[in-house]
Amino acid sequence: MAQAAPLPPGATTVGSRRRSSSRAADSSFRWGTLVIAFGLIALLGLLLWVLLAGGWESITKFGFSFVTGRDWNPVTQAFGALPFIFGTIVTSVIAIVLAVPVSVGLALLLNEVESGWLRNPMAVFVDLLAAIPSVIYGLWALFILVPIFDKYVEPFLAHTIGHVPVIGALFQIPGGGKVVTGGNLFVAGVVLAIMVIPIVTAVTREVIAIVPHDLREAAKGLGATRYETIRMAVLPYARSGIVGATMLGLGRALGETIAVALVVGNGLGIGASLFRAGYTIPAVIANEFREATLGVHRAALLELALILVVISLIMAALSRLLVGRTAALVGSGPASAIEAGEAAGIVYGANVGLGPEEDSP
Amino acid sequence: MEVSGLNAWFGSHHVLNDVNMTAQDRSVTAIIGPSGCGKSTFIRCLNRMHEEVRGARVTGKVMFDGWDIYGSDADPVEVRRRIGMVFQRPNPFPTMTVLENAVAGLRLTGRLSKSELRELGEQALRRAGLWGEVKDRLSTPGGRLSGGQQQRLCIARALAVEPDVLLMDEPASALDPASTLRIEELVEELKATYTVIIVTHNMQQAARIADWTMFLLNGDVVEVGPTEKIFTTPSDQRTEDYVTGRFG
Amino acid sequence: MIAVERSVPPRTLSTRRRVKDRAFTVGLWVAGVLALIPLFAIVGYTLVRGLSALNVAFFTQTPTVPGLPGGGIKQSFIGTAIIVGMAILFAVPLGILTAIYLSEYGNTRLAGAVRFVAEILLSTPSIVAGAFIWALVVVRMGSFSAVAGAIALTVLMWPIIARATEEVLRLVSTELREGALALGVPRWKMILRIVVPTAGAGIFTAVMLAVARGLGETAPILLTALGNDFVNTNPLQPTDAVPLRIYNYAQSAIISLNSLAWGGALILLLVVLSLSITARVLSDRQQRRTR
Repeated sequence: MAQAAPLPPGATTVGSRRRSSSRAADSSFRWGTLVIAFGLIALLGLLLWVLLAGGWESITKFGFSFVTGRDWNPVTQAFGALPFIFGTIVTSVIAIVLAVPVSVGLALLLNEVESGWLRNPMAVFVDLLAAIPSVIYGLWALFILVPIFDKYVEPFLAHTIGHVPVIGALFQIPGGGKVVTGGNLFVAGVVLAIMVIPIVTAVTREVIAIVPHDLREAAKGLGATRYETIRMAVLPYARSGIVGATMLGLGRALGETIAVALVVGNGLGIGASLFRAGYTIPAVIANEFREATLGVHRAALLELALILVVISLIMAALSRLLVGRTAALVGSGPASAIEAGEAAGIVYGANVGLGPEEDSP
Repeated sequence: MEVSGLNAWFGSHHVLNDVNMTAQDRSVTAIIGPSGCGKSTFIRCLNRMHEEVRGARVTGKVMFDGWDIYGSDADPVEVRRRIGMVFQRPNPFPTMTVLENAVAGLRLTGRLSKSELRELGEQALRRAGLWGEVKDRLSTPGGRLSGGQQQRLCIARALAVEPDVLLMDEPASALDPASTLRIEELVEELKATYTVIIVTHNMQQAARIADWTMFLLNGDVVEVGPTEKIFTTPSDQRTEDYVTGRFG
Repeated sequence: MIAVERSVPPRTLSTRRRVKDRAFTVGLWVAGVLALIPLFAIVGYTLVRGLSALNVAFFTQTPTVPGLPGGGIKQSFIGTAIIVGMAILFAVPLGILTAIYLSEYGNTRLAGAVRFVAEILLSTPSIVAGAFIWALVVVRMGSFSAVAGAIALTVLMWPIIARATEEVLRLVSTELREGALALGVPRWKMILRIVVPTAGAGIFTAVMLAVARGLGETAPILLTALGNDFVNTNPLQPTDAVPLRIYNYAQSAIISLNSLAWGGALILLLVVLSLSITARVLSDRQQRRTR
């Protein structure tokens, strides 16, 4: 067949040598990006390895007593991490207990109740909370929150709930009399709660949003009030997802370092009162790494970091499972809390807005 | 261009059954048939676009200029330079201007100077019948043109790389009647220089512009022949049923 | 609750149900307000206390002898620029190339694993990234350094950029890709010259967010760059950064240093919030355009 027009500059006939170079280019490009993507996996592997190898000395030396020992003394080379584990758990639990009701409430408010002009600004503000660097949370908490708590909140709580049997023990002022200044577990928990609210709210909103409208309409058609509709048609489905959101928030709370380090009081004691100075795993790592010149001390800190990674891995896996369960129940939706968080744009510490826009129910 | 024994699959779904067809040089061949009969798949096999889909498979021979484009030494990238394609929905590159779109194929596959590009771009736009309307707007983004203009821009883009064959997959189906007419006029002009193979769901369009017509049904070639014959005295009953509108 | 046999539904809800509903709604509003108070409180206090610390010296001088008034945190700004600048240099190409793999070649099991790993890394506490690089780089090198800080931030920023960019790349329509392929453009060129530029605005937004995150992180650079009272431009030496300095001065008993901390906090807050808000506005606009 004749050529329709003279070949333009640069063109060659089909089946020429050119093919190998373009195929080679395609192939190497693909391999190049593959290698880099794999690098991410290698990075995680390296991280785990470095922490494991670095903490080995401490792991082998202390074994299980690392986790149960109460004595942490770099000078005597005793490294028992219980105070930190205790403090980490306590502050995180406080954070979750305070944050989850508020977050779920806020999520319901934004998705189910408020659809007027107020809704978007509110949503944006909550997302902005997530963008605030933790050191600023810490600074504010240290200079504003702690004095207020020391002067008003804690004495108030001690005089009221402090007298209630059982729970009251949590709110006793240690040593009776004046409140310890400089921070304590309670105020650290409150700060964590504030930091965790945006992420739990965002994921909860996503989870609630995927519950189908038909269910709500069925309830409304029966004459249910808004409260009843939510109780009957929304929450049962969203339950696993909300727990998943909680896990994600918990994970964040467990790992938060700077804000906590500023207001937790850095005390090594373990006791019932929430108003005592405490310590968390991330805080002690941040505070002691500089002076950790002893091999064992370093290893102990790295072992703590390893424990932190493992815990957060478990939380991530759990939250993936739980959010996935709501998605499975409903038949669609994000597969994990992270994905839900991404869709809401919150996981990156600030709002991406790359996910689907919110619809009003 | 000569197609022999072409079979195509999407995964395990056998879409094209042993298709044979010859397209004459510098003519317009139309592919008609009801939806889902494999028209788009067929035309996408002609420039090796079908295999870009996951799980897609092709066997058979497509002879072009003495070469089998599916031969073991044939490069799909090269094939597509010689056999151009225009799609159903206009797809100008949004980050490029009108002129840049027109010469996009040239810029991305070769090294030409700015002035050469401008000249070739103008030529292509003229050939697509778009030059007059855009010559003052060459730096506006490609997406700002109207639908019909965008499609002619895509045609210009395809023509700029000097293909021998132009494949068109329902090029006017997303356009208004006035633009459709312009595209059809354009096809009539183009056939003087290029071999055009056009898929259309609009039988009247085929009757208007095509020299040859192929009727596909469920992946089988029912009939191929001069357009007039297909529409007035088809050999196969099914063809007659289709062109008289008894089904489709 | 409503008997099927009735022909007319009851005209009024029982009071009990109505009260419950009201209480519930009020409760939700309380939650909303409670959640938002801290935002305004933090921004407000930071604004007030930070403003008083800002003056020309704040930006142009390094700290004076503790206790003496005056001085600034010039070295922190320079240090942040250096550390975050390097981190961007490392993380952006890595993140984008990873995203390209995930979006263009990403139906393999490896891609699934990469996504999962990115998820894990996203939820890992930032201090772990710090400890990791501390053990890997700082201890080996024998000194804290800006480079180590940049690497620690890269560990955090890489998965963010990768996941966000992957999303944006996926949004580029198939038709566009096919249009390029049909012109005889090789696949890799199609990706680099057509797909990536088309997604350009979205990628920019993703990077903006990663940067906002990187700017505000303290723990990872605390463990790797350590901080410095003086301007340091040597990437292999301890370098200061704004969040570090805030952390430091917050703990100080000297009021003038506390005040500097507030100043730094204000600047940091303004920058991070503007980046986040801009990113959100941009991506809202992009979303509207693609719909």
